[in-house]
Amino acid sequence: MSRPAPFSLPPDGTHPPLAYSAYRSAGLRAPAQPPVLLPHRLTEVTGPLLGADRIGPSDHDLTTQHAGEPIGQRIVVSGRVLDSDGRPVPDTLVEVWQANAAGRYAHARDNWPAPLDPNFTGGGRVLTDSTGTWSFTTIRPGAYPWGNHHNAWRPAHIHFSLFGTSFAQRLVTQMYFPDDPLFGQDPIFNSVPDADARQRMVSSFDLDATRAEWALAFRWDIVLRGREQTPFEEPHDD
Amino acid sequence: MTDRPGLTPSQTVGPFLSLGLPWPDGPDVVPDDTPGAIHIGGIVFDGAGEPVFDAVVETWQADPAGHFDHPESSSRTGFRGFGRCPTDGDGHWEIRTLKPGPVDGQAPHVDVSVFARGLLDRVVTRIYFPDETAANAADPVLAAVPAARRATLVAVDHGRGDLRFDIRLQGDGETVFFTV
Ligand SMILES: [Fe+3]
Repeated sequence: MSRPAPFSLPPDGTHPPLAYSAYRSAGLRAPAQPPVLLPHRLTEVTGPLLGADRIGPSDHDLTTQHAGEPIGQRIVVSGRVLDSDGRPVPDTLVEVWQANAAGRYAHARDNWPAPLDPNFTGGGRVLTDSTGTWSFTTIRPGAYPWGNHHNAWRPAHIHFSLFGTSFAQRLVTQMYFPDDPLFGQDPIFNSVPDADARQRMVSSFDLDATRAEWALAFRWDIVLRGREQTPFEEPHDD
Repeated sequence: MTDRPGLTPSQTVGPFLSLGLPWPDGPDVVPDDTPGAIHIGGIVFDGAGEPVFDAVVETWQADPAGHFDHPESSSRTGFRGFGRCPTDGDGHWEIRTLKPGPVDGQAPHVDVSVFARGLLDRVVTRIYFPDETAANAADPVLAAVPAARRATLVAVDHGRGDLRFDIRLQGDGETVFFTV
């Protein structure tokens, strides 16, 4: 029997190690046993193809989900979803969530004393278009303290969830903003071993996409795993 | 330099994933009036045996005929195949689905991703079925798992279509996780 072409393994240093002691929450949650390699078969090269029925009318614009406008700097964040062969991933679901302008999440367990914004929940969803392009309108999230170590502050970020077209491509990550002075002390950002890979989580200011008298803009392309070219032949049938 | 763009790294979902990931029908791989529907669920535990109350469990599986709703499978079936359930305050998650059929010489199985605060990348495991002893014994993925740990991948039958699958992230009885 022949197996479908697998998705290529990420180069070393791209993804954070699960056991990373500078991130305190990993201590009791990172598995201690080594993982077992799962060669890709049909279950792994297929995946949910979630469509427009998952998207609500204001899911692409986090500033219009309530009666009033949220406080903060309005921004447009956009980019493409590609695979590592440079091919766009069209019609794929992109989900985001983030803190408000003051760095507070609209979540019962976020209790640091920055103000909640009654006009901002911070969740959004879009589908990429035929060129893999996505775009959200939102407000720039604030940095927030998180108690991981003395005087720990998360750099401002937006959480992203991507599906691609396969179980193997599933990715949850965070988008950061350029030149954040908090990068150096953040163990989550620095958990990515490869310095170039780390920089790929940082968006760039996008003057062309700014909207006059309305919003600043940031651009961020997201790259999922690509496919190896040749189907893998099983050494023997059994 | 090549034109191949570098991969975007993984980052943790953090503690507030419930603002972005859950759907009201996320746990419903099939609607509640579906004949033959089963429930699969359990508790996610950390290395101290405490429930993980801020995780999300996602599942991906074939339909009862072993087909995926995906162009690379034999057909577009309309079977969503995808389940998503955040854990509650007791670390509990549960989906409603149909038992998958065998896929390409493998025993019926469900692929699982777990995301949580403290996990810088997802962890991946598989659910196998306790009534498939012969198929499980011949399954190539289970065969690659140390024999003493295989039982962590097999759900426990609680009767009446109720299957229990606890996930132990670390420590005694640690669930087998895969590199995908
Ligand atoms: Fe966050």
